[in-house]
Amino acid sequence: MQTVRYKFKTEPFLFHTFNYLFMLFVVVVTLYPFLNTLAISFNSGIDTTRGGIYVWPREWTLKNYVAVFQSGKVFDAFWVSVARTVIGTVVSVFLTAMLAYTISRKEFIFRKPVTLIFVLTMYFSAGLIPSYFLIKDLNLLNTFLVYILFPGAGAGLISAFNMLVVRTYIRSLPESLVESAKIDGASDFKVFISIILPLCTPVLATIALFTAVGQWNSWFDTFIFASSRQELSTLQYELMKLLSSTVNSNANPSLSSTAAKDTATMITPLSIRAAITIVASVPILFVYPFLQRHFVSGLQLGGVKE
Amino acid sequence: MTRQTVPKMNIAPQPARRTESFWSRVIRQRQLIFMSFPMLLYVLVFAYAPIWGWLMAFQSYKPGFSITNQTWVGLDQFRFLFLDEGFTRVLRNTIAMSLISLILGFVTAIGLALLMNEIKKTGIKRLIQTISYLPHFLSWVIVTGLVSMALSTEGGIINDVLMKLHIIKEPILWLGEGKYFWGIVGMTNVWKEVGWNTIIYLAAIASVDPSLYEAAEVDGAGRFRKIWNVTLPGIRPVIVILLIMNVGWILNGGGFDIQYFLGNGQVLDWSETIDIFVLKYGLRIGNYSLGVAAGIFKTVVSIVLLYCANTIAKRLGEERLI
Repeated sequence: MQTVRYKFKTEPFLFHTFNYLFMLFVVVVTLYPFLNTLAISFNSGIDTTRGGIYVWPREWTLKNYVAVFQSGKVFDAFWVSVARTVIGTVVSVFLTAMLAYTISRKEFIFRKPVTLIFVLTMYFSAGLIPSYFLIKDLNLLNTFLVYILFPGAGAGLISAFNMLVVRTYIRSLPESLVESAKIDGASDFKVFISIILPLCTPVLATIALFTAVGQWNSWFDTFIFASSRQELSTLQYELMKLLSSTVNSNANPSLSSTAAKDTATMITPLSIRAAITIVASVPILFVYPFLQRHFVSGLQLGGVKE
Repeated sequence: MTRQTVPKMNIAPQPARRTESFWSRVIRQRQLIFMSFPMLLYVLVFAYAPIWGWLMAFQSYKPGFSITNQTWVGLDQFRFLFLDEGFTRVLRNTIAMSLISLILGFVTAIGLALLMNEIKKTGIKRLIQTISYLPHFLSWVIVTGLVSMALSTEGGIINDVLMKLHIIKEPILWLGEGKYFWGIVGMTNVWKEVGWNTIIYLAAIASVDPSLYEAAEVDGAGRFRKIWNVTLPGIRPVIVILLIMNVGWILNGGGFDIQYFLGNGQVLDWSETIDIFVLKYGLRIGNYSLGVAAGIFKTVVSIVLLYCANTIAKRLGEERLI
């Protein structure tokens, strides 16, 4: 039927064939490293060293994961990562939304200077060393608070980009909502809490995702500010230590060396590393597809300039 | 926006608003002020207050004494920095890796967006997009781990494939030779961010006026002509804005984490960037003043570049950032 209705044309056929093949290539290149790691994490460590593991385990085992979670270090680090992600995200999203509400109000007398103060932070930073001294002077070295407060890449309490995204979203809401509530005597804070905040759910989900990803993936602040307290170590930092120890092959006194010796349990540094990589990435990979619609439109909002 | 201003112009001016003094407005808006206060305080303390530390760059800073109680050396730190052969090399690496990442990133993201846009089956398109965003959500620790595994000489997939295709005879030690390093940084950035970067271009493509395509079709334009003559000019404002934003990041060297994790002794001459230089001098060697000077240099150049790009865009009548 179709060939009767539409005349077969060579150009679209060739183009789409090529295009789908290319997309297949993109998908394979994107997924392969991850699937390979997943397979290694479920494969017996000793068996993996024989090579030839691609995207499917040969000798299934859960021992790598058991070893990872039996090591108190990784287990504790996992919960520190969870804590910093949850606390950091909740505090940041609430305060960012509140700030975005104030600069969305046209009548706010400090709207322009406040906006400028935040936007400028997108393009300059005082630098690592002055920031280090500040954190030190505030007695925040080796505290959990530094994870919430240090304005590093991706992490930190506020990102000007997120602020602009929420601001633009609030402005797209009908002004009459705020006006009528104010006529009824509601204060700005009341308007924000009971009207704006509930309406902003989609955009707040977006910036919550961005903030949570930044917090969860952060390793640098642990490395610089909290590396001398093991109980503050995060999952990414544990992974980083493990990676640098296996790469430089100078034995890490903890996991990799015990693992290297442990032929009985069939665990190797590589298989441990694969298992931690999966543990460290899966939480976010389970969340982002469900928020796709929101963050796609959120990114577009952020592109709108003042 | 216009909702409020239009009636104001037609109806008699509202004297209460007009003559209201600054302080009475402050008092009336105290709630808005209080609401912006927590974040304002935060950003002033954590982003602006450390600028005080820039004074260290004009001193020979010794730990243990307060910043006001140090020897002043004027511009000596900067002079030392620019005469230092090491720093010149660091600067070269930074700019080279930035430019490679910038150009590769733009070309691949725009190209992928154009090709994705040609997929008409929404379900498949959505699936491909979702998959393409995946690497963006992985941390740099993980990504560099995956990259070093893929490039490994013992069963790394890249060497495996190249050998099976008979392009190379022996595994290449990708991370052990300086000449490959910049390319690896560029490709790693592409792998991580290309899908994510298509989001903004796909949105821009979707907002191109469909009647332009119809007109082009009437004129007999084929698929590629339409892309070249309609789509690309249509998304030009977005491309320009993103270019301006990225110019401001040129001294970031295409990211800090990649060089930090993938760089090693063998490729040091090619992998060291300003950020790593600052880390090394500042926190490892303890020459804080030199580290701060390099940091100041980076910030100042970034802002100047951003300003220039913005001005040029303005002159050319393009969309601009500020």
